[in-house]
Amino acid sequence: MIDEGIGMARTLSFSKAINEALAQAMREDETIILLGEDLAGGHGVAHLEGKGAWGGVMGVTKGLVEEFGEERVIDTPISEMGYMGAAVGAAATGMHPVPELMFNDFLGFCLDPLLGQGSKMRYMFGGKASLPLTVRTTHGAGASAAAQHSGTYYGMLAAIPGIKVVVPSTPYTAKGLLLAALKEPNIVVFSEDKTLYSSKGEVPEEQYTLEIGKAEVVQEGADLTIVTIGKMLFVGLEVAEQLKASGISTEVIDLLTVSPWDRETLEASIQKTGRMIIIDEANPHNSVGRDIAAVISDVAFDYLDAPIKVVSAPDTPVPFASNLEKLYIPSAQRVLSEADELIFDLRSAKEA
Amino acid sequence: MTSAMTDNVPATATGCAIPPESAKRIYARMNDIRNFENKVRECFAKGEIPGFVHLYAGEEAVAVPICEQLTDSDQITSTHRGHGHCVAKGCELNGMMAEIYGRATGLCKGKGGSMHIADVSKGMLGANGMVGGGLPLAVGAALRNRNLKTGDITVCFFGDGAANEGTFHESLNLASIWKLPVVFVCENNGFGEATPQRYASASPTIAERASAYNMPGAQVDGKSVVDVYTTVGEAIERARNGEGPSLIECHTYRMYGHFEGDEQTYKAKEGDEKAFADKDCIPLFKEYAVKHGLFSQHDADEIEEASIERVEEALRFAQESPLPSADSLFEDVFS
Repeated sequence: MIDEGIGMARTLSFSKAINEALAQAMREDETIILLGEDLAGGHGVAHLEGKGAWGGVMGVTKGLVEEFGEERVIDTPISEMGYMGAAVGAAATGMHPVPELMFNDFLGFCLDPLLGQGSKMRYMFGGKASLPLTVRTTHGAGASAAAQHSGTYYGMLAAIPGIKVVVPSTPYTAKGLLLAALKEPNIVVFSEDKTLYSSKGEVPEEQYTLEIGKAEVVQEGADLTIVTIGKMLFVGLEVAEQLKASGISTEVIDLLTVSPWDRETLEASIQKTGRMIIIDEANPHNSVGRDIAAVISDVAFDYLDAPIKVVSAPDTPVPFASNLEKLYIPSAQRVLSEADELIFDLRSAKEA
Repeated sequence: MTSAMTDNVPATATGCAIPPESAKRIYARMNDIRNFENKVRECFAKGEIPGFVHLYAGEEAVAVPICEQLTDSDQITSTHRGHGHCVAKGCELNGMMAEIYGRATGLCKGKGGSMHIADVSKGMLGANGMVGGGLPLAVGAALRNRNLKTGDITVCFFGDGAANEGTFHESLNLASIWKLPVVFVCENNGFGEATPQRYASASPTIAERASAYNMPGAQVDGKSVVDVYTTVGEAIERARNGEGPSLIECHTYRMYGHFEGDEQTYKAKEGDEKAFADKDCIPLFKEYAVKHGLFSQHDADEIEEASIERVEEALRFAQESPLPSADSLFEDVFS
C-alpha cells in the first residue's frame, strides 16, 4: 500500500529506499557520483538511448542514469581496484564518490584503496585531507549464491581505523543511514544484506538521517539483551517473541553501525538486563560480535548475571546446498538454545 | 631516446621551449631537491632521522620541469621516492624537513614521515608507501577535474616497479576509456628495489604499453630537463585540451640505493649503464642553460648559494621544532 502526500510514510522496498536516498542526495550535491559495474548497464548501446539496461545487477540504481546522466552514474569496467582507488582520489580532491562493490567477497580486488590509502590518508597527512566517500556493498548468505558471493565481511572493514561501517536492517534505516553517510566527510562502508532488497517497510518521503554510531533499541526489555546486526534483527525479534511466552522480557537492539559501535547504548542495556546475546552473521573469529562481547564483559563485568554469548555463522565458507546454507545462517532456534542457558535461573524463578 | 612527441615544439626567443624565468626556477628546485636529500642522507646516517628514507636524488630532471608546467590546483600523485615531487610541486622545505624529523611542525604534523609527505593545498596528494598506489588516485583526481570542469589536470608519477602492479593496467584503461585529463609519467630508474626492470617487465619498454590503452606513449631521456619539459609539456597540453591521457617513460637513474643503507651491489660498475648513471642532470642543465642564455653563470652561483641556505634553514627549523603532543596520537582519524 502506497500512501500519497509529503511527510507521510509510504511502504517502500529496501532497494527502493536506497535508490531514493541516492537520488535525493544527488539532486542536492553535485559532487556525489556513483561508480560501479552495470549501475546503468549497456553503456553506449545505441538502442538503449541513454537508458540503463539493468540499473545495477540487483536493480538498486535503476533510473538514476536517466536522471543524472553518465557523467555522474558511471559504469566502470570490471576493475574494482581501479575504480575504488579512483573513488579515493576523487574524494581527496573534493568529490563525494559512491563506489559500489557488487559483492563484499570481491574485497580482495580492491582492498588497497581502502586499507592502504583512503583509511589512512587524513591521519598520515596530519588532518589536511577529508575523505567524503560512501562505499556501498552487499553481504549475506541465503540467496544460494555460494561461497564467493555470500560472505559477510563488514567486520574485516570494521577492524580498520579510519573507516566507519554501517549495516542497515530495514528500508527505514537504510534510507536514513545512507543519507547520513552521504553527508559524512569520512569513509563510510554501507553494507547491504542482499536478501533484504525486496523486504518492505514504511519510509518517509522527505530526507532524514540516522546518526552513524548510534544503535536503536527496537524493543525494550528487562531480562535479556539481544544485539543484532543487519537482517539478524528479525531473528532477534522472533526469539524475543518466543521468550515472551515464558515470561521473559527481552530487549532487542539493532546495532546499525558496526564501527564505531554504540557502547553507550549497549552498556546501558546490560546494566538493566545482566544478560546479552549478540547475533552476527559473520564468521566467528575476530568478529564484531566477539569484540562487543569482550568489551562489554570488561566494562560491565559487575552487572553480568551470565557470560555474554555470540551466535554467529560457523567457521566455514558459505555452502551452496540450501539445507546447509540454512544451517550456516544463525537461526532463532540456535539463539533460543543459548538463551535457555542464560536465563535458566530466571525461568526457574518465574515458573516457581 | 628521443620522442615522436617532441616534434613541432614551439621555441622561445632563446631557441629553447623553456622560458628563462622558468629555467631559473627549475634550476633552483633541482638544487633544492639535491641539497635537501644530501642533508637528509647525512642526518639519517647520524641517526637523527627515524624509519626508512628513499631518496629521489639523480632524478630531479623528471619532476621539476614537469611540475613547472602545473598550477597549484593541478594535482600530482607520487611514490616512495616522494621528496623530489614535493619540492617540485612547491611544498615548503621547512615543513618537509620537520616532517621527516617527525616533528609537530611537519607538513603532516609528524604523523606521515618521509613516505607520506603531502600537501593537498598544493595539489600534492602524497608520497605513497604502496608501490602503484598512486595510479588509481590520479584517475580519481582527474575524474574530479573532468566532472567539475575545473580545467585542472593530474600528473601521476610512478616507477618502473609500479608498472607491474595491477593498478597500472586498471588505471590506464580507466583513464583512456573516460578520456581523463591525466599524464602518466613513469620514472624508469632501472630498478624496482634491487630487481632490474629488464627482468621484471615483459615489454622492453613501459612506453610501448601505451598502445594497448589506445593512448600516446613516448620515451624520453629523463636526465634532460629540456626533453622532459617539452615531451611531457605536450602531454600536459593534450590533457588540458580534453584530448585524454598519455604515458611518458622517463629514463633515469637513482643516485643512491632503494633506501638509505642499501649497498647497491646490483648496480653496474662499467659500461653503458654506468655511463648513464654518471650523467648528472643538474650540471648538465646548468651548462645547457648558460649556453643558451636562459640564465648566466652568475645567476647559477646565486641560485646554488640560496638553495644551500634554504636547506640549512630547513634543518635548523626541524631540529628546533617540538615533537608532536601525545594527544595528537588520537587526532585526525576522522574529519
